[in-house]
Amino acid sequence: MRKVYNKIESVSGNVITVRAADIHYEELAEITTRRCTSLAQVIKLEDDLVSLQVFAGSRGVSTNDEIRFLGHPMNVSFSEDMLGRIFNGSGVPRDGGPEISESVIEIAGPSVNPAKRIIPSRMIRTNIPMIDVFNSLVASQKLPIFSVSGEPYNELLARIALQAEVDMIILGGIGLKFDQFMYFKNALEEGGALNRSIFFMHLASEPIVEGLMVPDLALAVAEKFAISGKEVLVLLTDMTNFSDALKEIAITMEQVPSNRGYPGDLYSQLASRYEKAVDFEGSGAITILGVTTMPGDDVTHPVPDNTGYITEGQFYLRNGRIEPFGSLSRLKQLVNNKTRDDHRAIMDGMIQLYAQYLETLEKRSMGFRMSSWDDKLIKYGELFESQMMSLQVNIPLEEALDRGWSILAECFKPEETGFRTELVKQFWPKKEEAEGVAHGEN
Amino acid sequence: MSQVSGKISGINGNLITVVVNDTITQNEVAYAVKGDEHLKSEVIRIQGNKAFLQVFESTKGLKVGDTVEFTGELLSVQLGPGLLQQIYDGLQNPLPQLAEKHGFFLPRGQILEALDHDKKWDFTPKVKVGDKVSGGYYLGSVPETQFTHYVMVPFDVQGEWTVEEIADKGEYTVVEKIASIKDERGNVRDLQMQFDWPVKIPIQAYKQKLMPTDPLITKVRIIDTFFPVAKGGTYCVPGPFGAGKTVIQQITSRYADVDIVIIAACGERAGEIVETMREFPELTDPRTGRSLMERTIIIANTSSMPVAAREASVYTATTLGEYYRQMGLGVLLLADSTSRWAQAMRELSGRLEEIPGEEAFPAYLESRIAEFYERSGLIETHDGKVGSLTIGGTVSPAGGNFEEPVTQATLKVVGAFHGLSRDRANARRFPSIHPLDSWSRYHSAVSENLVEEARKFLFRGSEVHQMMMVVGEDGTSLEDFEVYLKSEFVDAVYLQQNGFDPIDAATSPERQNHISEIMNKILHTDFTFDDKEQARSFFYDLRQKFIDWNYMEYESDDFKKQEKVITDLIEG
Repeated sequence: MRKVYNKIESVSGNVITVRAADIHYEELAEITTRRCTSLAQVIKLEDDLVSLQVFAGSRGVSTNDEIRFLGHPMNVSFSEDMLGRIFNGSGVPRDGGPEISESVIEIAGPSVNPAKRIIPSRMIRTNIPMIDVFNSLVASQKLPIFSVSGEPYNELLARIALQAEVDMIILGGIGLKFDQFMYFKNALEEGGALNRSIFFMHLASEPIVEGLMVPDLALAVAEKFAISGKEVLVLLTDMTNFSDALKEIAITMEQVPSNRGYPGDLYSQLASRYEKAVDFEGSGAITILGVTTMPGDDVTHPVPDNTGYITEGQFYLRNGRIEPFGSLSRLKQLVNNKTRDDHRAIMDGMIQLYAQYLETLEKRSMGFRMSSWDDKLIKYGELFESQMMSLQVNIPLEEALDRGWSILAECFKPEETGFRTELVKQFWPKKEEAEGVAHGEN
Repeated sequence: MSQVSGKISGINGNLITVVVNDTITQNEVAYAVKGDEHLKSEVIRIQGNKAFLQVFESTKGLKVGDTVEFTGELLSVQLGPGLLQQIYDGLQNPLPQLAEKHGFFLPRGQILEALDHDKKWDFTPKVKVGDKVSGGYYLGSVPETQFTHYVMVPFDVQGEWTVEEIADKGEYTVVEKIASIKDERGNVRDLQMQFDWPVKIPIQAYKQKLMPTDPLITKVRIIDTFFPVAKGGTYCVPGPFGAGKTVIQQITSRYADVDIVIIAACGERAGEIVETMREFPELTDPRTGRSLMERTIIIANTSSMPVAAREASVYTATTLGEYYRQMGLGVLLLADSTSRWAQAMRELSGRLEEIPGEEAFPAYLESRIAEFYERSGLIETHDGKVGSLTIGGTVSPAGGNFEEPVTQATLKVVGAFHGLSRDRANARRFPSIHPLDSWSRYHSAVSENLVEEARKFLFRGSEVHQMMMVVGEDGTSLEDFEVYLKSEFVDAVYLQQNGFDPIDAATSPERQNHISEIMNKILHTDFTFDDKEQARSFFYDLRQKFIDWNYMEYESDDFKKQEKVITDLIEG
């Protein structure tokens, strides 16, 4: 029986201090207040003075509330029974189902030995052409979706969760609005993907510190499944909220802030999560997609900036579309030579033409006269946007490549596109087919 | 020496406070003991009977009252034959061996020997009994991959010592005794091939330091010609994310004209160093025809590995570099990225509650950066050999803004600045080193007047380009337009280089000189064009021919034929 303490020395922000002995660093405690029972974690030890970060927040904490130390750090269960279940930021079920307490694992475990890592080689198909064709997602990759508030980034994540060619999805929500939470739940339920998903959901209405644990919980569970051979995709939204939670704790602890109030270890904190993405040789892999909303659409803001240095590329979600410029999958070269012969050519060629289309638009807006080439580009650009870029488009890679050729054939003569002759011979559609597809289904 | 130990009295992140009532030394190594785990730490501040230690591993689970054992030794690395081809973490733990023992994950508190203690080395003595020696003198040698590895008197041996015993030619392990030496007062010291050296203290057991003058050829045209690096010099590569820092480092690590390359992956993505680790053993060194790994040491302390060890990793790498320099070898140290190293200092400084400087970096940031780069240099050994340590560090400035403290402090102390530009990277102009902002204080591999001329055109071309953005192409004179086209031509055929093509990726200095001359001829020819359209199509044609030329093997028949095509085109 562990000792119970009931004399809180100080309360500051969401951090409380008590005097206690024999306490381990990062150990958990349970604090029972008038309002609720919450977990708290040891974040500093100084002689017998123990600082704890209270997950449910310090509102309503009385100086004589009971604190019971649990003697172990933050844990999470790991079992097949977790599939289809929804947990909160402390790992407690929030779907009314039974608690899962078997095979408990420690979260935020050691990092993978670089000598055991391998060069990534498997593509994850999502049926979203802007990803599959232009910036292929690769197993063990870590990629952020850079976006701004109001963009449909959660809708994009839900679609990826439904369609990605993986064994299971672990969705971590940090500071999620209630309607977004329900949206995820319903979308995955309706899409029939709930039984291959695990949710760790922290809502915006809950104290922000509780959200801090979400990435670690999600990744610890993902790691176990990956080692047992599963291809796991971890989706995190929104990592800016996570960073803000770090900032809040750092300021409460009177740490010296480095950049716009964020703690100096923001990079290391983010990296230790994102670097959990790994391909375990001979078994499964963890792939991470995280949403990072950019305050003020500013990519030099500390959160997207540090994230960009950590991740292997980024998707820019703007105006409801994945931007072809700026978006980059650093690992795509490792997989897109193994799909279809025309993959790389379509990837480069279509984007170059789209860039020319944007130049033409600029020219048009400045009142220059449009040449017949400009007209072709405008037709091309519009088709490209509606039939490739639109997030409504939902087709496998091969179909997307075929559609690419159709769009090209609809607008240009082969020699105008700059494609290699052999490819044109092999893939350029005959006239009738081209018209059928470009006007046809969407 | 009696074992000094203390008790933990406070824990805050990776900083622990230890109460100790005995003699301790600043920067000595101590171990926090938790069960069978020994967590390596370093004393970084002493106050009364309290020592502040940074722990090189996660402090999770430690508690007040736990024992800390002090070693009395400064943080050191093991030096001796067998370092080449190794992959170490920041504290010189061999990662492949750790993986063999512990599987996928990095265990906490496990320490392995950095050098193989069982492997036998073929030792040939170089000194005789009675010879006078001092720190850094060669006792003998062993072959290590393609190099002669000199076994040296440990660098801390000062004054004149006499060789009392020396092993015969034969096979020995690194821990067997191979010599014993005696000083004037009769102190005797037994020596083995392996010895330790504290990482934060520069090795200075050489005759003298020399002025770096010879260019270090990287085979990257924009570097060797425009922003050269000297053997024994320093340079930095700052750039925002996505600008291609790591690719430049990778290309340099393959083609640079040095004996040994040490790659310090300091706080960056693990994926990048994995590429090097997996590919280097398969690649052949163009200079020797042997595996590239045979001349490489990798120090991998990637972003998710403990932060304090990241701070140490840069010093570990430098010390290994200095060690091989002592043998008269040319060493290149590539540190990617020094910003992560500086951030590690910042994290620690914050925990120590030091008064922060700019962007919360500690006030001593500049002096630490200067100390690090000053460990580079060209030296003459006691034996008259010349060795060099060249340091190239990448910088990852927050927000891509070069005004930040790490970039600024670095620029003060390096000899060359290769600033990467996001605009050039977005325009797919690689390597994305900015041709106007970058600079170098070293001598070019190409004759200086050719470089000056080309630079002049680049500068004027950029001015014309800016003007053209305002007045449009129509408002630009044909003369100016030609200057602009010439500058774009230099950019396309010379500054840009295809790192993935085996021939174009590596341009020898002879070739750089040769094509520079042709390029200058083009710059100095007054072409008479009727209009801009004609000028443009002429230069596009010339550009295509010149790029094709770059892909041809130097001095091959095709190369000579293509040269004729180009010169004919110039002479019209």
